Amino acid sequence: MKINNNAVLSFKGGIHPSGNGKDLTSAKAVQTAPLMERYFVLLGQNAGKAPEPVVNKGDVVKKYQLIAQASGFVSANLHAPTSGTVGGLVTVPGPMGVPAQAIEIVSDNLDEAVEPMESIDWRNSDSKTILDRIARCGLVGMGGASFPTHVKLSPPPDKVIDTLIFNGAECEPYLTADHRLMVEAPRKVLEGAAIVGKILGVENIFIGIEVNKADAITELQTIADGYGVKIVPLQVQYPQGSEKQLIDAITGREVRSGGLPMDAGCVVQNVGTAKAVYDAVVGGIPLIERVVTVTGEVVAEPGNWLLRIGTPVMKVIELAKGVTDDPGKLILGGPMMGFAQKSYDVPVSKNTSGILLLSKADAVNYGSGSCIRCGRCVSACPMHLVPCLLGCAIESERYDLAAQNHVMDCLECGACAYVCPAHRPLIQHLRRAKSEIRRRSQKK
Amino acid sequence: MSEEIKNTESVRLPDAEKLVLSSSPHVSTSDTVRKIMYKVLLALLPAVIAGVWYFGLRALCVIILTTVCCIGAEALWCKLAGKEVKNTILDGSAAVTGVLLALNMPSSVPVYIPVIGAFLAIWLGKQVYGGIGNNPFNPAIVARVGLLIAFPAAMTMWTAPRNFEKSFGYENFVTPQQRIILQKGGKAAETITCATPLGAVKMSDKEEFAQGFYSHPQMLWNCFIGNRGGCIGETCVPALLLGFIVLVAFKLINWKIPVCFVGTVAVFGAVIHTISPALAPMPLFHVLSGGLLLGAIFMATDMVTSPITPLGAIVFGVGCGIVTSVIRFWGNYPEGVSFAILLMNALVPLIDRFCGIRPFGYVKARKEVAK
Amino acid sequence: MSEIFSSIILPAVIFMGGLGVLLGVVIGVFAKYFKVDSDPRVELVTELLPGANCGGCGKAGCSDFAKSVVDGENPPGKCPVSSPEQVSSIARALGIDAGESFARRAVVCCGGDVEQMVRTPNYNGVLDCASAVLVAGGPKGCSYGCIGMGSCARKCPFGAIEIINNLAVVHSELCVGCGTCVAVCPRGVIKLVPAEAEVHVYCNNPDKGPDKRKVCKVSCLGCRKCERYSAEKFGTSGFLASVKYDAAELPTAADVEAIGCPTGALLTAKRHLEIETNNPEFAPNEDK
Repeated sequence: MKINNNAVLSFKGGIHPSGNGKDLTSAKAVQTAPLMERYFVLLGQNAGKAPEPVVNKGDVVKKYQLIAQASGFVSANLHAPTSGTVGGLVTVPGPMGVPAQAIEIVSDNLDEAVEPMESIDWRNSDSKTILDRIARCGLVGMGGASFPTHVKLSPPPDKVIDTLIFNGAECEPYLTADHRLMVEAPRKVLEGAAIVGKILGVENIFIGIEVNKADAITELQTIADGYGVKIVPLQVQYPQGSEKQLIDAITGREVRSGGLPMDAGCVVQNVGTAKAVYDAVVGGIPLIERVVTVTGEVVAEPGNWLLRIGTPVMKVIELAKGVTDDPGKLILGGPMMGFAQKSYDVPVSKNTSGILLLSKADAVNYGSGSCIRCGRCVSACPMHLVPCLLGCAIESERYDLAAQNHVMDCLECGACAYVCPAHRPLIQHLRRAKSEIRRRSQKK
Repeated sequence: MSEEIKNTESVRLPDAEKLVLSSSPHVSTSDTVRKIMYKVLLALLPAVIAGVWYFGLRALCVIILTTVCCIGAEALWCKLAGKEVKNTILDGSAAVTGVLLALNMPSSVPVYIPVIGAFLAIWLGKQVYGGIGNNPFNPAIVARVGLLIAFPAAMTMWTAPRNFEKSFGYENFVTPQQRIILQKGGKAAETITCATPLGAVKMSDKEEFAQGFYSHPQMLWNCFIGNRGGCIGETCVPALLLGFIVLVAFKLINWKIPVCFVGTVAVFGAVIHTISPALAPMPLFHVLSGGLLLGAIFMATDMVTSPITPLGAIVFGVGCGIVTSVIRFWGNYPEGVSFAILLMNALVPLIDRFCGIRPFGYVKARKEVAK
Repeated sequence: MSEIFSSIILPAVIFMGGLGVLLGVVIGVFAKYFKVDSDPRVELVTELLPGANCGGCGKAGCSDFAKSVVDGENPPGKCPVSSPEQVSSIARALGIDAGESFARRAVVCCGGDVEQMVRTPNYNGVLDCASAVLVAGGPKGCSYGCIGMGSCARKCPFGAIEIINNLAVVHSELCVGCGTCVAVCPRGVIKLVPAEAEVHVYCNNPDKGPDKRKVCKVSCLGCRKCERYSAEKFGTSGFLASVKYDAAELPTAADVEAIGCPTGALLTAKRHLEIETNNPEFAPNEDK
């Protein structure tokens, strides 16, 4: 265990993105978005199987009402973001760039809610009751992977979990949603963390926060003891918030290649998930809204917004008073790992931590230059791979060579492509190799 | 209600047609290959100034001619091969090669040598392999070694530096006739040739070693400040160290390579010196004389042709040092740095392969298997 | 003189001679004990094969295929590139049956070029189809059509695929049906069809008509007009029409004219090529 008094922890490798854009929104309090006319709740917004719709076109629904039922263990429920009529199952641009199915809810502007579920006295309940509630409320990891929370909190019995880590690092440039959440709702985050600790029966609960969020660290540190949670200051270093790197920074354990955090006795959750757990267990409210950072140099009024799941991105940009110039890129998530979009009609989903409009000047322009073997990617890679050689191997379609050199361990964090002076599209190459190797192993 | 509509109208909304689609990450460092090359040129500037100071305007002419020829050779190749000319020239890599090559020539070289050298460096050393990033050998080294073998006399005619006749023990580096001219008050600079310290060591008899002339502090001081015969860029140690500091400060080189290179030569020299002082002067002499520092700081550290992993850099540096020492002590050439770097360049893919880094999460796996 | 002979020439001669003898013995030993037996028939068949090494037969190359033919694993007719005459000459040389020869051609079942398909104009990344697919499904609006970055064209051993207006088009006179492109295409939009087939459905999108229409002007709407015309020659699966290539009779240019596909997704290969190459001799309505 690396924890000692007030040490600022980190991992080996990684980068320090300059001018990380957090100043745009880090001091802006979270605003609640007004009701929209229409919401498009995407079906496939959790990892695993997409849930089955349980409403039909024309049905009248109320806020918090179940509209899609989990279709298996690794799946998550969906709930109506507001009251209104179901407009049917429609095809909208999905967050991965390909068209996706969504349930359209046409708002009646009344925002009537169904009776919330009763609050659970979690300190005196068994894990199963709490887990059932979490599953019912459709919670997924809100950091990006959107893995259903109840699954992540049900480790197989042979795995010993002794450490629970909450990720408040928010190492992605520009994003401040988690930061604002920790500053504005510290008690909910801490109680949520304690609930998750209770489910797993874990005493060691940490919240890792990068030191550039000093206000969040002080805010949480003053009250954390009451919840049995320790606040760990972390160095500002990308990708500090990656599961494996976070575990390494806080506990000094290395998750084995191809393994899950539970192999190192750890479970990692996002602080946003902790708050959602609190809402679900204590408040009895399903997951229908989240904090989203709407930012970028070209956004007229960047800020943090509490948005209902299913809000179209264009409407959010209207809330932010539009743009000052045509952005070069629309990105859902952060600039390092987020996904570039083709359309502004894509709706907000449970894992949308940010809506980033990058100006043309800020966006990277990938080139086709050769690698000059400067080795910067080697020192940047948090998985200690050699991205430049992998990139060259993949360019000549030597996937076997790439596999030998552990391309499958790549996190796709983007640190290598960020530091590359030749601006080579390394992550695209690495992704290509990973998908190709996966395809070939499936074939066999 | 009408006011609300007005509000939305005044809001400028983005146009989806203008969105750029690319893989993550969407931001990147502002550093480019071009900036890196220009910074290397900046780091070379002290050595260039020192070279011109010691060897006069002719040295400047050689540097300019070589650089211009390198850029010309690159442009010509790109033109012939149908590649883009402008951006290739502007990336500055040809200029870096040109300056480095010039610093590796004596200032007295005839005009055709820089021209041939430039084509050797750019065509044979770089473009035949596919241009920047694909060359296995440092282009400047390829050209220097080529010239050294093809024009041994021209490449080893060393002009005496400025104020050479006033320096300590200069008589040891000139011929008896020249000694007489200088003793009569003749100026050394740009008029006479002299031997390099390493060359003089190769020629000298064992008695001089016993006298310890080459380990005399004043001799070493001359070598340090650059008041000795040699290539344009190799003599002035403070200028080279300044370049080293610039390179390290800009994070353009792996400091382990020059440190290991020079360290190995020093240690190797010290061992030989202890065993047999007749074979080698003291190690500091070996470090300060010849092209060791120029080679170690600017040539061996070339990104394209040096290993990428931290351990590989150490192996590469030590290997360069050993080969240099072996050539200097037992070889025919007084100087071995270029050959050493060229040889180690060839081994870089092998070094990279065997000196890899342990990827994250691989030690634990082995332990678990052992359990 | 004799001193020079005994001290310089003689040792050199002895040394070099000895070295020569030693190496000769080593080579001899290796040649005897590590000999690889080769069948002269394999070489013969390799020479008779076209030598394109395209891999269309499923083997690593022509000599590998020749070995399998000699071993009786494959009939000579399995080579998609060889003409019937070449196949029969191989069969004659080996004194075996030629086997059934299927001449096939590749077809890119997509008509979505720059003008027809919705497309994000600004793609910044690796110019390779399989890589582009990983970035938001590629720059084109349709998630089933040709991406048009030319991975297939670069891989084609016969130079039979041309990229015109961001769409891969097969020149069937150059295509031999080796199938290299089929394996390369990440969208599976290239199909191998009998060489005689003239008419193809240039659409690969199984979605509902209106959804397709949003992204592409020349998509097959699934109107079943062609299936109603002749159920033997055409079929429809989901909302996508298809030519029944294994039917007794293949559709002809006359059939296409008679059907009059509303979007123009059903075309003869020749007409498709004409449209894509924008040959001024062939205005859109002026069929040959």
